[in-house]
Amino acid sequence: MSDWFSRFSGKTKSADEAKERLKLVLIHDRTDLTSTALEDMKDELLQVISNHVSIDPSKVKITIMHDGREQRLVADIPLKPFGKR
Amino acid sequence: MTAKIVTITSGKGGVGKTTATANISVALAQLGQKVVCIDSDIGLRNLDVVLGLENRIVYDLVDVIEGRCRIRQAMIKDKRFEELYLIPAAQTRDKNAVSPSDMIELCNEIKDDFDWIIIDSPAGIERGFKNAIAAANEVLIITNPDVSAVRDADRIIGIIESEEKGPARLIINRLNSEMVKRGDMLDSEDVLELLAIKLIGIVPEDENVIKSTNIGKPVVTEERSIAGKAFQNIARRMMGDDIPLIDLENKDGILHRLSKIFNTGGE
Repeated sequence: MSDWFSRFSGKTKSADEAKERLKLVLIHDRTDLTSTALEDMKDELLQVISNHVSIDPSKVKITIMHDGREQRLVADIPLKPFGKR
Repeated sequence: MTAKIVTITSGKGGVGKTTATANISVALAQLGQKVVCIDSDIGLRNLDVVLGLENRIVYDLVDVIEGRCRIRQAMIKDKRFEELYLIPAAQTRDKNAVSPSDMIELCNEIKDDFDWIIIDSPAGIERGFKNAIAAANEVLIITNPDVSAVRDADRIIGIIESEEKGPARLIINRLNSEMVKRGDMLDSEDVLELLAIKLIGIVPEDENVIKSTNIGKPVVTEERSIAGKAFQNIARRMMGDDIPLIDLENKDGILHRLSKIFNTGGE
């Protein structure tokens, strides 16, 4: 997104790109989790959750955050209101 | 006296481990400390040439470990300084000639005679690296502001954490403030944010490092060099002095002006 925008506008600073790329690489290095594996895990999680509650998969955000050197899997899963089922 | 045992390591090769080891050791010796530096890069020794002591080697680290000489015989005294010694690596052996427990034993034997034992680590995360950190009380990780060096530093930090060596501190080496200003080099703050460890110093890119290595005289002895000054500051921080970080990007900063005047900033 921002990556696409900056490429398009031709204004990327190469250092910014280095930082963004490193962020992703380090998450994967530290967790031994590839981006494909992360996507698979998301799909499985959503499957399990939707067996019990009603959710809108397009609104789900599952990301790895880091707090210092600690990695954290953070899921933000809005539930559909009961009445609207 | 019990020496603090400090290992300088990086993961990636060529980021400045040996240069940093030589300069920090000399800087500590200049501050009146008793220092021995050990080159643990068996088969690829270099600390001797960087220090300009390559012609004085008789015995090496493997000779000590295999009992062919006493430790004192393998210590080369650097006559330019009050109390600086080098134990060189063996050049013709493979790194399996040394084990982590050999390193611990060796350091134990000399630690009461020195203030500092500074160990230069080989690149990589294999046996040689394990040897280098085995005896360490503290690990300094050196990196350059580029993607591969930072990535490798992160791996090393992870390993050091799992070895329970206490928090490692970071040296960012070869920072080019002009490139940072143009947005073409990771800033020190970016690197610190990515690696999430404490900083002990930033060493600007400086042509004097290569010049001084050419003649075997560590750059820290060169008063006009900004890299030399940065290594001095690191040594003083290791001794517990509270030395503020140099603001390398500040145009009005003294070092920036010095680097302009003497054209030593690698710019």
